[in-house]
Amino acid sequence: MINLNIKNYLLRHIQVMLFTLGRIWRQPLASLMTFMVIGIALALPASLYVLLKNIEQVSTQWDDVAQISLFLKQNTSDTQAQQLVSELKAWPEITAVSYQSASQSLEEFRQLSGLGSLLDTLPANPLPGVVIVKPDSTDLQPDAIGHLLSRLEVLPDVEQAQLDMEWLQRLRSINETGQRGISILGLLLSLSVLLVIGNTIRLAILNQQSEIRVIKLVGGTNTFIRRPFLYTGFWYGLLGGLVAWLTLLFTMSLINGPINELASQYNSQFTLVWLSGSMMLILPFTGMLLGVMGAWLAVGRHLSAIEPT
Amino acid sequence: MITFTDVYKRYTNQYEALSGLSFELAKGEMAFLTGHSGAGKSTLLKLIALIERASHGQVLVNDQNLMRLPQGKIPYYRRQIGLVFQDHNLLHDRTVFDNVALPLVIAGENHREIGRRVRAALDKVGLLNKERNLPIALSGGEQQRVGIARAVVNRPPILLADEPTGNLDPDLSRDIMHLFEQFNQVGVTVFIATHDLELIKTLPYRQVVLHKGRLAKQGEQSR
Repeated sequence: MINLNIKNYLLRHIQVMLFTLGRIWRQPLASLMTFMVIGIALALPASLYVLLKNIEQVSTQWDDVAQISLFLKQNTSDTQAQQLVSELKAWPEITAVSYQSASQSLEEFRQLSGLGSLLDTLPANPLPGVVIVKPDSTDLQPDAIGHLLSRLEVLPDVEQAQLDMEWLQRLRSINETGQRGISILGLLLSLSVLLVIGNTIRLAILNQQSEIRVIKLVGGTNTFIRRPFLYTGFWYGLLGGLVAWLTLLFTMSLINGPINELASQYNSQFTLVWLSGSMMLILPFTGMLLGVMGAWLAVGRHLSAIEPT
Repeated sequence: MITFTDVYKRYTNQYEALSGLSFELAKGEMAFLTGHSGAGKSTLLKLIALIERASHGQVLVNDQNLMRLPQGKIPYYRRQIGLVFQDHNLLHDRTVFDNVALPLVIAGENHREIGRRVRAALDKVGLLNKERNLPIALSGGEQQRVGIARAVVNRPPILLADEPTGNLDPDLSRDIMHLFEQFNQVGVTVFIATHDLELIKTLPYRQVVLHKGRLAKQGEQSR
Protein backbone atom coordinates (compact mmCIF):
# COMPACT_ATOMS: atom_id res chain seq x y z
CA MET A 1 0.00 0.00 0.00
CA ILE A 2 2.75 2.40 1.01
CA ASN A 3 4.75 1.32 -1.99
CA LEU A 4 1.78 2.05 -4.16
CA ASN A 5 1.45 5.51 -2.65
CA ILE A 6 5.08 6.30 -3.31
CA LYS A 7 4.68 5.04 -6.84
CA ASN A 8 1.61 7.22 -7.33
CA TYR A 9 3.44 10.19 -5.89
CA LEU A 10 6.45 9.77 -8.16
CA LEU A 11 4.20 9.15 -11.12
CA ARG A 12 2.33 12.38 -10.43
CA HIS A 13 5.60 14.31 -10.24
CA ILE A 14 6.76 12.86 -13.53
CA GLN A 15 3.41 13.73 -15.07
CA VAL A 16 3.67 17.34 -13.86
CA MET A 17 7.26 17.50 -15.12
CA LEU A 18 6.25 16.40 -18.59
CA PHE A 19 3.11 18.51 -18.54
CA THR A 20 5.04 21.69 -17.73
CA LEU A 21 7.70 20.86 -20.31
CA GLY A 22 4.90 20.47 -22.84
CA ARG A 23 3.52 23.86 -21.87
CA ILE A 24 6.93 25.48 -22.35
CA TRP A 25 7.29 23.69 -25.68
CA ARG A 26 3.98 25.08 -26.91
CA GLN A 27 5.30 28.65 -26.52
CA PRO A 28 8.62 28.17 -28.26
CA LEU A 29 9.48 31.81 -28.95
CA ALA A 30 8.69 33.26 -25.54
CA SER A 31 10.38 30.32 -23.83
CA LEU A 32 13.47 30.57 -25.99
CA MET A 33 13.85 34.23 -25.10
CA THR A 34 13.65 33.40 -21.42
CA PHE A 35 16.25 30.65 -21.85
CA MET A 36 18.53 33.09 -23.66
CA VAL A 37 18.28 35.72 -20.93
CA ILE A 38 19.03 33.14 -18.25
CA GLY A 39 21.75 31.54 -20.36
CA ILE A 40 23.59 34.77 -21.06
CA ALA A 41 23.34 35.87 -17.45
CA LEU A 42 24.92 32.59 -16.38
CA ALA A 43 27.45 32.45 -19.23
CA LEU A 44 28.93 35.85 -18.39
CA PRO A 45 30.44 35.01 -14.98
CA ALA A 46 31.34 31.52 -16.23
CA SER A 47 33.31 32.88 -19.19
CA LEU A 48 35.10 35.40 -16.98
CA TYR A 49 36.00 32.52 -14.72
CA VAL A 50 37.49 30.67 -17.69
CA LEU A 51 39.43 33.79 -18.68
CA LEU A 52 40.84 34.03 -15.18
CA LYS A 53 41.80 30.35 -15.15
CA ASN A 54 43.75 30.95 -18.34
CA ILE A 55 45.55 33.99 -16.96
CA GLU A 56 46.49 31.92 -13.94
CA GLN A 57 47.89 29.26 -16.24
CA VAL A 58 49.97 31.81 -18.12
CA SER A 59 51.37 33.24 -14.92
CA THR A 60 52.41 29.82 -13.62
CA GLN A 61 54.29 29.24 -16.89
CA TRP A 62 56.25 32.41 -16.23
CA ASP A 63 57.06 31.51 -12.69
CA ASP A 64 60.41 29.92 -13.55
CA VAL A 65 61.71 33.14 -15.06
CA ALA A 66 61.37 34.90 -11.75
CA GLN A 67 64.73 36.01 -10.40
CA ILE A 68 66.19 38.21 -7.70
CA SER A 69 69.00 40.66 -8.38
CA LEU A 70 71.34 41.41 -5.46
CA PHE A 71 73.10 44.72 -6.00
CA LEU A 72 76.36 44.56 -4.03
CA LYS A 73 77.92 47.38 -2.06
CA GLN A 74 80.38 49.53 -4.03
CA ASN A 75 83.45 48.37 -2.15
CA THR A 76 82.76 44.62 -2.45
CA SER A 77 85.64 42.81 -4.12
CA ASP A 78 85.26 40.06 -6.70
CA THR A 79 86.53 37.44 -4.23
CA GLN A 80 83.98 38.52 -1.64
CA ALA A 81 81.34 38.28 -4.30
CA GLN A 82 82.42 34.79 -5.35
CA GLN A 83 82.32 33.76 -1.70
CA LEU A 84 78.76 35.04 -1.44
CA VAL A 85 77.81 33.09 -4.57
CA SER A 86 79.08 29.78 -3.21
CA GLU A 87 77.41 30.55 0.12
CA LEU A 88 74.06 31.19 -1.55
CA LYS A 89 74.31 28.05 -3.65
CA ALA A 90 73.96 26.06 -0.44
CA TRP A 91 70.55 27.61 0.39
CA PRO A 92 67.77 25.07 -0.25
CA GLU A 93 65.30 27.59 -1.68
CA ILE A 94 67.76 28.75 -4.33
CA THR A 95 68.37 26.74 -7.48
CA ALA A 96 70.97 28.82 -9.30
CA VAL A 97 73.30 31.73 -8.57
CA SER A 98 75.48 33.70 -10.97
CA TYR A 99 77.73 36.71 -10.57
CA GLN A 100 78.18 39.70 -12.80
CA SER A 101 81.01 41.99 -11.78
CA ALA A 102 80.79 45.77 -11.84
CA SER A 103 82.93 46.00 -14.99
CA GLN A 104 80.81 43.36 -16.72
CA SER A 105 77.74 45.36 -15.80
CA LEU A 106 79.25 48.51 -17.22
CA GLU A 107 80.13 46.70 -20.44
CA GLU A 108 76.59 45.38 -20.75
CA PHE A 109 75.16 48.81 -20.08
CA ARG A 110 77.46 50.35 -22.67
CA GLN A 111 76.23 47.93 -25.28
CA LEU A 112 72.55 48.19 -24.43
CA SER A 113 72.35 51.92 -23.88
CA GLY A 114 74.56 52.98 -26.77
CA LEU A 115 75.99 55.79 -24.63
CA GLY A 116 79.48 54.45 -25.49
CA SER A 117 82.18 57.08 -25.10
CA LEU A 118 80.04 59.19 -22.82
CA LEU A 119 80.49 56.56 -20.15
CA ASP A 120 84.29 56.82 -20.52
CA THR A 121 84.12 60.34 -19.19
CA LEU A 122 82.92 59.06 -15.83
CA PRO A 123 85.65 59.14 -13.18
CA ALA A 124 84.72 55.70 -11.78
CA ASN A 125 82.38 52.83 -12.59
CA PRO A 126 79.06 53.83 -11.00
CA LEU A 127 77.55 50.38 -11.41
CA PRO A 128 77.65 47.79 -8.64
CA GLY A 129 78.39 44.09 -9.00
CA VAL A 130 75.28 41.99 -9.24
CA VAL A 131 74.54 38.50 -7.97
CA ILE A 132 71.57 36.95 -9.74
CA VAL A 133 69.59 34.45 -7.69
CA LYS A 134 67.04 32.03 -9.12
CA PRO A 135 64.59 30.91 -6.48
CA ASP A 136 63.22 27.38 -6.46
CA SER A 137 60.10 27.69 -8.58
CA THR A 138 58.31 24.81 -6.89
CA ASP A 139 58.27 26.86 -3.71
CA LEU A 140 57.17 30.08 -5.27
CA GLN A 141 54.38 31.41 -3.11
CA PRO A 142 54.37 35.20 -2.93
CA ASP A 143 54.96 34.97 0.81
CA ALA A 144 57.92 32.64 0.42
CA ILE A 145 59.51 34.93 -2.14
CA GLY A 146 59.03 37.94 0.08
CA HIS A 147 60.62 36.05 2.94
CA LEU A 148 63.59 35.04 0.81
CA LEU A 149 63.93 38.61 -0.40
CA SER A 150 64.09 40.01 3.10
CA ARG A 151 66.70 37.43 4.13
CA LEU A 152 68.87 38.32 1.14
CA GLU A 153 68.50 42.02 1.78
CA VAL A 154 70.17 41.86 5.19
CA LEU A 155 73.32 40.06 3.96
CA PRO A 156 76.36 42.25 4.75
CA ASP A 157 77.58 42.65 1.16
CA VAL A 158 74.18 43.36 -0.31
CA GLU A 159 73.13 46.94 -0.88
CA GLN A 160 69.72 46.13 -2.30
CA ALA A 161 67.76 43.01 -3.30
CA GLN A 162 65.20 43.38 -6.03
CA LEU A 163 62.64 40.91 -7.29
CA ASP A 164 62.69 41.28 -11.05
CA MET A 165 59.27 39.74 -11.41
CA GLU A 166 57.41 41.96 -9.04
CA TRP A 167 54.87 42.43 -11.78
CA LEU A 168 54.15 38.72 -11.46
CA GLN A 169 52.99 39.30 -7.93
CA ARG A 170 50.94 42.20 -9.13
CA LEU A 171 49.39 39.99 -11.78
CA ARG A 172 48.52 37.56 -9.04
CA SER A 173 46.92 40.29 -6.98
CA ILE A 174 45.01 41.46 -10.02
CA ASN A 175 43.95 37.90 -10.54
CA GLU A 176 42.72 37.65 -6.98
CA THR A 177 40.85 40.91 -7.31
CA GLY A 178 39.38 39.62 -10.53
CA GLN A 179 38.26 36.46 -8.82
CA ARG A 180 36.48 38.44 -6.15
CA GLY A 181 34.93 40.66 -8.80
CA ILE A 182 33.68 37.62 -10.66
CA SER A 183 32.18 36.23 -7.48
CA ILE A 184 30.28 39.48 -6.95
CA LEU A 185 29.27 39.65 -10.59
CA GLY A 186 28.16 36.02 -10.44
CA LEU A 187 26.09 36.75 -7.38
CA LEU A 188 24.44 39.76 -8.99
CA LEU A 189 23.72 37.91 -12.20
CA SER A 190 22.36 34.96 -10.25
CA LEU A 191 20.03 37.40 -8.54
CA SER A 192 18.93 38.68 -11.93
CA VAL A 193 18.28 35.09 -13.08
CA LEU A 194 16.20 34.64 -9.94
CA LEU A 195 14.20 37.75 -10.77
CA VAL A 196 13.78 36.84 -14.44
CA ILE A 197 12.42 33.42 -13.54
CA GLY A 198 10.32 34.87 -10.74
CA ASN A 199 8.80 37.34 -13.15
CA THR A 200 8.18 34.71 -15.81
CA ILE A 201 6.43 32.53 -13.26
CA ARG A 202 4.45 35.51 -12.01
CA LEU A 203 3.17 36.10 -15.53
CA ALA A 204 2.34 32.41 -15.86
CA ILE A 205 0.37 32.56 -12.62
CA LEU A 206 -1.54 35.62 -13.80
CA ASN A 207 -2.26 33.89 -17.10
CA GLN A 208 -3.65 30.89 -15.28
CA GLN A 209 -5.68 32.70 -12.66
CA SER A 210 -8.96 31.18 -13.78
CA GLU A 211 -7.41 27.73 -13.85
CA ILE A 212 -6.01 28.18 -10.35
CA ARG A 213 -9.47 29.26 -9.15
CA VAL A 214 -11.07 26.17 -10.66
CA ILE A 215 -8.48 23.91 -9.07
CA LYS A 216 -9.09 25.55 -5.71
CA LEU A 217 -12.84 25.08 -6.15
CA VAL A 218 -12.54 21.35 -6.72
CA GLY A 219 -10.35 20.95 -3.65
CA GLY A 220 -6.78 21.50 -4.87
CA THR A 221 -4.32 22.30 -2.11
CA ASN A 222 -1.71 25.03 -2.43
CA THR A 223 0.94 22.33 -2.71
CA PHE A 224 -0.87 20.87 -5.70
CA ILE A 225 -1.21 24.27 -7.35
CA ARG A 226 2.37 25.23 -6.60
CA ARG A 227 3.89 22.08 -8.09
CA PRO A 228 3.54 22.82 -11.83
CA PHE A 229 4.96 26.31 -11.33
CA LEU A 230 7.96 24.97 -9.46
CA TYR A 231 8.57 22.53 -12.28
CA THR A 232 8.21 25.33 -14.81
CA GLY A 233 10.92 27.20 -12.91
CA PHE A 234 12.98 24.02 -12.86
CA TRP A 235 12.79 23.70 -16.65
CA TYR A 236 13.52 27.37 -17.31
CA GLY A 237 16.57 27.19 -15.06
CA LEU A 238 17.85 23.90 -16.39
CA LEU A 239 17.40 24.80 -20.05
CA GLY A 240 18.78 28.29 -19.42
CA GLY A 241 21.82 26.63 -17.84
CA LEU A 242 22.23 24.49 -20.94
CA VAL A 243 22.07 27.63 -23.11
CA ALA A 244 24.84 29.12 -20.93
CA TRP A 245 26.86 25.95 -21.41
CA LEU A 246 26.45 26.08 -25.19
CA THR A 247 27.23 29.80 -25.29
CA LEU A 248 30.45 29.20 -23.42
CA LEU A 249 31.40 26.27 -25.61
CA PHE A 250 30.68 28.31 -28.72
CA THR A 251 32.68 31.40 -27.70
CA MET A 252 35.61 29.29 -26.57
CA SER A 253 35.72 27.38 -29.83
CA LEU A 254 35.67 30.75 -31.59
CA ILE A 255 38.73 32.09 -29.77
CA ASN A 256 40.58 28.79 -29.55
CA GLY A 257 42.08 29.12 -33.06
CA PRO A 258 43.46 32.65 -32.72
CA ILE A 259 44.78 31.88 -29.22
CA ASN A 260 46.72 28.87 -30.46
CA GLU A 261 48.21 30.94 -33.27
CA LEU A 262 49.20 33.66 -30.84
CA ALA A 263 50.74 31.10 -28.50
CA SER A 264 52.76 29.50 -31.27
CA GLN A 265 54.16 32.91 -32.22
CA TYR A 266 55.42 33.27 -28.67
CA ASN A 267 56.84 29.75 -28.73
CA SER A 268 54.61 28.94 -25.81
CA GLN A 269 52.94 25.61 -25.08
CA PHE A 270 49.93 27.59 -23.92
CA THR A 271 46.61 25.92 -24.65
CA LEU A 272 43.24 27.28 -23.73
CA VAL A 273 41.98 25.84 -20.46
CA TRP A 274 38.32 24.87 -20.75
CA LEU A 275 35.85 24.55 -17.98
CA SER A 276 36.40 21.30 -16.14
CA GLY A 277 33.73 18.62 -16.27
CA SER A 278 32.38 19.46 -12.86
CA MET A 279 32.17 23.15 -13.75
CA MET A 280 30.19 22.19 -16.82
CA LEU A 281 27.73 20.39 -14.57
CA ILE A 282 27.55 23.32 -12.19
CA LEU A 283 26.11 25.60 -14.87
CA PRO A 284 22.86 23.70 -15.53
CA PHE A 285 22.64 22.78 -11.86
CA THR A 286 22.93 26.40 -10.76
CA GLY A 287 20.33 27.34 -13.33
CA MET A 288 18.00 24.64 -12.06
CA LEU A 289 18.43 25.71 -8.46
CA LEU A 290 17.83 29.37 -9.28
CA GLY A 291 14.81 28.39 -11.35
CA VAL A 292 13.12 26.50 -8.54
CA MET A 293 13.97 29.26 -6.05
CA GLY A 294 12.66 32.02 -8.30
CA ALA A 295 9.46 30.07 -8.92
CA TRP A 296 9.05 29.43 -5.21
CA LEU A 297 9.35 33.14 -4.44
CA ALA A 298 6.85 34.10 -7.13
CA VAL A 299 4.34 31.40 -6.24
CA GLY A 300 4.54 32.21 -2.54
CA ARG A 301 3.75 35.83 -3.21
CA HIS A 302 0.99 35.47 -5.76
CA LEU A 303 -0.79 32.21 -5.10
CA SER A 304 -2.53 33.16 -1.88
CA ALA A 305 -3.93 36.25 -3.57
CA ILE A 306 -5.91 34.14 -6.02
CA GLU A 307 -9.03 32.81 -4.36
CA PRO A 308 -12.29 31.76 -5.99
CA THR A 309 -14.99 34.41 -5.90
CA MET B 1 -26.72 17.61 5.98
CA ILE B 2 -26.69 21.40 5.67
CA THR B 3 -27.84 23.53 8.61
CA PHE B 4 -27.87 27.34 8.70
CA THR B 5 -28.58 28.92 12.09
CA ASP B 6 -29.13 32.69 12.23
CA VAL B 7 -26.55 33.35 9.53
CA TYR B 8 -25.55 36.87 8.50
CA LYS B 9 -23.23 37.85 5.70
CA ARG B 10 -22.12 41.44 5.56
CA TYR B 11 -19.70 42.86 3.05
CA THR B 12 -17.27 45.59 3.94
CA ASN B 13 -19.41 48.25 2.32
CA GLN B 14 -22.16 47.59 4.88
CA TYR B 15 -24.19 45.72 2.31
CA GLU B 16 -25.95 42.82 4.00
CA ALA B 17 -26.33 39.88 1.61
CA LEU B 18 -27.87 37.50 4.14
CA SER B 19 -29.62 38.41 7.35
CA GLY B 20 -30.68 36.02 10.08
CA LEU B 21 -31.01 33.06 7.78
CA SER B 22 -31.93 29.67 9.26
CA PHE B 23 -32.86 26.58 7.35
CA GLU B 24 -31.99 22.92 7.11
CA LEU B 25 -31.44 20.47 4.32
CA ALA B 26 -31.74 16.79 5.21
CA LYS B 27 -29.28 14.15 4.11
CA GLY B 28 -30.28 12.83 0.72
CA GLU B 29 -32.70 15.67 0.09
CA MET B 30 -33.02 17.57 -3.18
CA ALA B 31 -34.12 21.20 -2.99
CA PHE B 32 -34.19 24.38 -5.05
CA LEU B 33 -32.97 27.75 -3.91
CA THR B 34 -34.91 30.56 -5.54
CA GLY B 35 -35.41 34.28 -5.25
CA HIS B 36 -34.95 37.47 -7.24
CA SER B 37 -31.51 38.51 -8.50
CA GLY B 38 -29.47 39.80 -5.60
CA ALA B 39 -31.59 37.98 -3.04
CA GLY B 40 -28.47 36.19 -1.80
CA LYS B 41 -28.66 32.84 -3.60
CA SER B 42 -25.05 32.86 -4.76
CA THR B 43 -23.85 34.15 -1.40
CA LEU B 44 -25.59 31.28 0.33
CA LEU B 45 -23.96 28.70 -1.93
CA LYS B 46 -20.57 30.40 -1.44
CA LEU B 47 -20.94 30.03 2.31
CA ILE B 48 -21.58 26.30 1.91
CA ALA B 49 -18.59 25.89 -0.44
CA LEU B 50 -16.50 28.05 1.91
CA ILE B 51 -15.67 30.45 -0.88
CA GLU B 52 -16.76 32.98 1.68
CA ARG B 53 -17.31 32.83 5.40
CA ALA B 54 -20.39 33.98 7.28
CA SER B 55 -20.09 37.17 9.30
CA HIS B 56 -22.23 35.75 12.06
CA GLY B 57 -24.18 32.60 12.83
CA GLN B 58 -23.47 28.93 12.38
CA VAL B 59 -23.14 26.87 9.22
CA LEU B 60 -22.97 23.11 9.68
CA VAL B 61 -22.25 20.94 6.66
CA ASN B 62 -21.89 17.18 6.89
CA ASP B 63 -21.35 17.53 10.67
CA GLN B 64 -18.55 20.08 10.25
CA ASN B 65 -18.82 23.55 11.74
CA LEU B 66 -17.60 25.76 8.90
CA MET B 67 -16.93 28.70 11.20
CA ARG B 68 -14.25 26.67 12.94
CA LEU B 69 -12.67 25.07 9.88
CA PRO B 70 -9.08 26.35 9.47
CA GLN B 71 -8.00 27.79 6.13
CA GLY B 72 -5.62 24.91 5.41
CA LYS B 73 -8.43 22.34 5.70
CA ILE B 74 -10.64 24.05 3.11
CA PRO B 75 -9.33 22.08 0.09
CA TYR B 76 -10.10 18.77 1.81
CA TYR B 77 -13.53 20.03 2.89
CA ARG B 78 -14.35 21.08 -0.68
CA ARG B 79 -13.70 17.57 -1.93
CA GLN B 80 -16.95 16.56 -0.21
CA ILE B 81 -18.91 19.00 -2.33
CA GLY B 82 -19.53 18.81 -6.03
CA LEU B 83 -19.89 22.29 -7.52
CA VAL B 84 -21.71 23.07 -10.76
CA PHE B 85 -21.59 26.58 -12.17
CA GLN B 86 -23.64 28.53 -14.67
CA ASP B 87 -20.56 29.20 -16.81
CA HIS B 88 -19.20 25.66 -16.31
CA ASN B 89 -15.71 26.77 -15.18
CA LEU B 90 -13.97 24.24 -17.41
CA LEU B 91 -10.29 24.38 -18.27
CA HIS B 92 -10.21 25.17 -21.95
CA ASP B 93 -6.73 23.91 -22.70
CA ARG B 94 -7.50 20.39 -21.46
CA THR B 95 -9.62 17.64 -22.89
CA VAL B 96 -13.02 16.63 -21.53
CA PHE B 97 -11.36 13.61 -19.92
CA ASP B 98 -8.72 15.73 -18.17
CA ASN B 99 -11.33 18.20 -16.97
CA VAL B 100 -13.43 15.49 -15.39
CA ALA B 101 -10.33 13.78 -13.99
CA LEU B 102 -9.15 16.94 -12.19
CA PRO B 103 -10.75 16.24 -8.76
CA LEU B 104 -9.34 12.71 -8.81
CA VAL B 105 -5.87 13.88 -9.84
CA ILE B 106 -5.97 16.41 -7.01
CA ALA B 107 -7.00 13.70 -4.57
CA GLY B 108 -4.04 11.59 -5.73
CA GLU B 109 -6.00 8.67 -7.16
CA ASN B 110 -4.05 6.18 -9.19
CA HIS B 111 -4.09 6.12 -12.93
CA ARG B 112 -6.34 3.11 -13.47
CA GLU B 113 -8.92 4.24 -10.93
CA ILE B 114 -9.03 7.69 -12.56
CA GLY B 115 -9.68 6.20 -15.99
CA ARG B 116 -12.41 3.95 -14.64
CA ARG B 117 -14.24 6.64 -12.68
CA VAL B 118 -13.94 9.36 -15.31
CA ARG B 119 -15.48 7.05 -17.91
CA ALA B 120 -18.25 6.08 -15.50
CA ALA B 121 -19.05 9.76 -14.88
CA LEU B 122 -18.92 10.62 -18.58
CA ASP B 123 -21.12 7.64 -19.35
CA LYS B 124 -23.62 8.88 -16.78
CA VAL B 125 -23.91 12.29 -18.49
CA GLY B 126 -23.87 10.71 -21.96
CA LEU B 127 -20.55 12.11 -23.17
CA LEU B 128 -18.40 9.00 -23.24
CA ASN B 129 -17.68 9.51 -26.96
CA LYS B 130 -16.41 13.08 -26.38
CA GLU B 131 -13.68 12.39 -23.86
CA ARG B 132 -10.89 13.45 -26.22
CA ASN B 133 -12.55 16.70 -27.27
CA LEU B 134 -11.64 20.11 -25.95
CA PRO B 135 -14.54 21.85 -24.15
CA ILE B 136 -14.66 24.54 -26.84
CA ALA B 137 -15.77 21.92 -29.36
CA LEU B 138 -18.88 21.09 -27.30
CA SER B 139 -22.28 22.77 -27.19
CA GLY B 140 -23.40 24.70 -24.11
CA GLY B 141 -25.50 21.82 -22.85
CA GLU B 142 -22.63 19.38 -23.33
CA GLN B 143 -20.21 21.67 -21.53
CA GLN B 144 -22.62 21.85 -18.62
CA ARG B 145 -22.76 18.07 -18.53
CA VAL B 146 -18.96 17.94 -18.45
CA GLY B 147 -19.16 20.29 -15.47
CA ILE B 148 -21.62 17.96 -13.79
CA ALA B 149 -19.48 14.91 -14.51
CA ARG B 150 -16.53 16.71 -12.90
CA ALA B 151 -18.68 17.59 -9.87
CA VAL B 152 -19.75 13.99 -9.24
CA VAL B 153 -16.64 12.08 -10.33
CA ASN B 154 -15.25 11.73 -6.81
CA ARG B 155 -18.72 10.80 -5.47
CA PRO B 156 -19.26 13.73 -3.09
CA PRO B 157 -22.19 13.47 -0.61
CA ILE B 158 -23.32 16.99 -1.54
CA LEU B 159 -23.93 18.53 -4.95
CA LEU B 160 -24.37 22.30 -5.24
CA ALA B 161 -25.39 24.00 -8.46
CA ASP B 162 -25.56 27.73 -9.17
CA GLU B 163 -27.95 28.47 -12.06
CA PRO B 164 -26.92 25.32 -13.92
CA THR B 165 -29.55 25.85 -16.62
CA GLY B 166 -29.11 29.61 -16.87
CA ASN B 167 -27.81 29.53 -20.43
CA LEU B 168 -29.77 26.55 -21.75
CA ASP B 169 -33.04 26.18 -23.63
CA PRO B 170 -36.01 24.46 -21.88
CA ASP B 171 -35.40 20.99 -23.32
CA LEU B 172 -31.74 20.93 -22.34
CA SER B 173 -32.62 22.39 -18.95
CA ARG B 174 -35.03 19.54 -18.32
CA ASP B 175 -32.32 17.01 -19.26
CA ILE B 176 -29.89 18.63 -16.82
CA MET B 177 -32.47 18.62 -14.01
CA HIS B 178 -33.16 15.00 -14.74
CA LEU B 179 -29.45 14.28 -14.31
CA PHE B 180 -29.50 15.94 -10.89
CA GLU B 181 -32.52 13.84 -9.95
CA GLN B 182 -30.61 10.70 -10.85
CA PHE B 183 -27.73 11.64 -8.55
CA ASN B 184 -30.22 12.45 -5.81
CA GLN B 185 -31.78 9.03 -6.24
CA VAL B 186 -28.47 7.36 -5.35
CA GLY B 187 -28.30 9.34 -2.10
CA VAL B 188 -26.55 12.59 -2.98
CA THR B 189 -27.87 15.72 -1.26
CA VAL B 190 -28.62 18.16 -4.08
CA PHE B 191 -29.13 21.91 -3.70
CA ILE B 192 -29.76 23.95 -6.84
CA ALA B 193 -29.97 27.74 -7.06
CA THR B 194 -32.16 28.73 -10.00
CA HIS B 195 -34.63 31.29 -11.20
CA ASP B 196 -36.14 28.97 -13.77
CA LEU B 197 -39.50 28.82 -11.93
CA GLU B 198 -41.34 27.41 -14.96
CA LEU B 199 -39.14 24.35 -14.90
CA ILE B 200 -39.03 23.66 -11.17
CA LYS B 201 -42.74 24.00 -10.53
CA THR B 202 -43.15 20.79 -12.52
CA LEU B 203 -40.72 19.02 -10.18
CA PRO B 204 -41.70 17.64 -6.77
CA TYR B 205 -38.95 19.20 -4.67
CA ARG B 206 -38.88 21.73 -1.88
CA GLN B 207 -38.09 25.35 -2.62
CA VAL B 208 -36.09 27.56 -0.31
CA VAL B 209 -37.05 31.11 -1.30
CA LEU B 210 -34.90 34.11 -0.42
CA HIS B 211 -36.04 37.70 -0.42
CA LYS B 212 -33.51 40.46 0.22
CA GLY B 213 -31.26 38.11 2.11
CA ARG B 214 -33.97 36.69 4.33
CA LEU B 215 -35.87 33.47 4.16
CA ALA B 216 -39.19 34.27 2.46
CA LYS B 217 -40.63 30.80 2.62
CA GLN B 218 -39.61 27.21 2.44
CA GLY B 219 -41.85 24.40 1.32
CA GLU B 220 -42.38 21.14 3.09
CA GLN B 221 -39.49 18.74 3.03
CA SER B 222 -40.13 16.43 0.16
CA ARG B 223 -39.00 13.33 1.98
